[in-house]
Amino acid sequence: MIVFDGVEKRFGSTVVLRDLDFTVAPGEHVTLIGPSGSGKTTILRLLMTLEKVNAGSITVGGDSLSHAPNEKALSAVRRRIGMVFQQFNLFPNMTVRGNLVEGPTRVLGLSKDEANSRAADLLELVGLADRIDAHPTQLSGGQQQRVAIARALAMRPSVLLLDEVTSALDPELVAGVLALLRDLGETTDITFLCVTHEMGFARDFSHRVMMFDGGRVIEDAPPERLFTAPEHERTQTFLQAVLRH
Amino acid sequence: MSDLPQILSVLGDGLPDTILATLGGIVLTVVLAFGAGLLLLSPRTWVRGITRVYVEGFRGTSEVVQLFWIYFVLPVLVGYQLVPLVAGIAVLGLNHGAYGAEIVRGAIRSVPRAQYEGAVALNLSPAQRMRRVILPQALVEILPPLNNLFIQLLKSTAVLALITVPEVTRQAREVLIPNFGDDTFLIFGVVFVIYLVLAAVITLVMRLLERWAAGRLGRRPVKADPLEAV
Amino acid sequence: MPLWDWDYAFSILPDLLLALVTTIEITVLGSVVALLLGLVFAVIRRARIPVLDQILWAFIEIVRSTPLLVQVFFLFFALPRLGITLSAFVIGVVGLGVHYATYTSEVYRAGIDAVPKGQWEAAAALSLPRSRVWTGVVLPQAIPRVLPALGNYVISMFKEVPLLLAIGVVEVVNAGREIGSATFRYVEPYTIAGVLFLLLSYPASLLVRRLERRSVRT
Repeated sequence: MIVFDGVEKRFGSTVVLRDLDFTVAPGEHVTLIGPSGSGKTTILRLLMTLEKVNAGSITVGGDSLSHAPNEKALSAVRRRIGMVFQQFNLFPNMTVRGNLVEGPTRVLGLSKDEANSRAADLLELVGLADRIDAHPTQLSGGQQQRVAIARALAMRPSVLLLDEVTSALDPELVAGVLALLRDLGETTDITFLCVTHEMGFARDFSHRVMMFDGGRVIEDAPPERLFTAPEHERTQTFLQAVLRH
Repeated sequence: MSDLPQILSVLGDGLPDTILATLGGIVLTVVLAFGAGLLLLSPRTWVRGITRVYVEGFRGTSEVVQLFWIYFVLPVLVGYQLVPLVAGIAVLGLNHGAYGAEIVRGAIRSVPRAQYEGAVALNLSPAQRMRRVILPQALVEILPPLNNLFIQLLKSTAVLALITVPEVTRQAREVLIPNFGDDTFLIFGVVFVIYLVLAAVITLVMRLLERWAAGRLGRRPVKADPLEAV
Repeated sequence: MPLWDWDYAFSILPDLLLALVTTIEITVLGSVVALLLGLVFAVIRRARIPVLDQILWAFIEIVRSTPLLVQVFFLFFALPRLGITLSAFVIGVVGLGVHYATYTSEVYRAGIDAVPKGQWEAAAALSLPRSRVWTGVVLPQAIPRVLPALGNYVISMFKEVPLLLAIGVVEVVNAGREIGSATFRYVEPYTIAGVLFLLLSYPASLLVRRLERRSVRT
């Protein structure tokens, strides 16, 4: 589904990703872990075309994302990917309904009725059906994040990128969001790429965990193996530090 | 292009008055800005009230009206005719001083209360408190908007042309345009350059002052907020 | 010769009020130009197109840093030489509008910069077309924030309209001058003109201040 081939990303003189190769199969759930600055979030941002690669290529579903021939082709590829952000980033000038129908009506060309009905179904799914006409500011952090997930799902993505989606939430709200994500993982065949610090979630949810450091993949293994018997020393020290909490 | 030397000469004749008006206006503005700014913080209501009348009065009316009033009306009321340049400087100072008062007042109020309390704890007199503790810190907040205000003042000196002050704009309008009509674009080009250069000089001086003021506090200078419409 | 003649004052009031209407017309039209053009400038500048951006920057800086009166004179004397004849009224509106557009463009830029980067990214994540990102997400968040600053500039514009008497526009102060020159009594006309400005701009500035306090709270 996703192929990174020899990708390099620099910010000024700092090399954040170097010669990165990896593949994600359709429907796979991959979690990226590692210290800050190791490049994990940059990978998500490259997939979301918020950044451009300096070298190498990225393909999604067989079509080029990094070297699309024109704007239309790029848009067609990018539309398959959705993203949920750490800071939710709901549009404060619209209601929950507004946020959910925006993409479907403006980009996918759905009619207002179709978009509204899809919005209602998705809010039902995330457990916020009654807040459809509320304003983002009236919702708690956890509720906003669930709306953000619904907003991303409204675009019917084949790939969903999750960028530390629970890091900005109060501890008691985290469980609700993670439970929702687990449900989605089981009931849909969306390909997931997550960056997270929630190791318990990573263990339950992922098919594969990739450990990053200094812009490179240090270790790539199923969670049972990586968490219990990490091969690389860096992974070991990282997990020891993180799992202590 | 061949008329350039004459154009420069005529405009150059207007420079002294433009510069005098600017400098005079700036001096008066600074005096009134700090004076009124401090009075606006007086504990006495009537002092604040009268100062408020001055500030709102000059901020709320047009500069041209103020100019015409001081030049044409005041002489009738008090029997004393001001020379055009002096009338101009007076209006520039009064008008921009009113805006400056708000800048000073806002900056002083933004100095953390803890500073004031610390000064009281050191038994400094009110005057010492202001001079040694509050104002040096407020100065860093005052200088950037003051830079904008002074450039506004420079631009306002052009209005003095309306009361016959022979500054740069009047020279261009009254002397050059009638006689060098073919060089209209050149004339205005030079006039624009003159004002741009003068504005750059003001900004240069203010930046140096900002660095000095910040240096006294061991800080780096602050950028003016574009949302603070002067 | 009394200092103030009430009968005279009341007799000239209608003419001054009529001229005030002209002043207000110019303010409104000039504001429309300034508010729309300034937004255009801000959006274009944000696109950072190589040559255009530099030219626009230079234009904005020059217009912002030089006197409005000189710009008005420039339009008044230079345009006819290009074969363009416009009335003093129109020149006044254009001059004021473009001059203040350079101020409002800075205000808009500050408002746009204040919209969190995450909003742009979320819009990109939904693949929203560029125009919709501006009209649906960014501007609705940027503009309310800067309304007080824009309001203050409109008020400033109103107070600078009398400048146009230099090219013959019959606004309040010019009307006062004409009335005064006929009777040689300038006290009443100019004082009334001043009061009229105060009566309109002071309440307006109070309104803007109230708007400012409210937007700080949200």
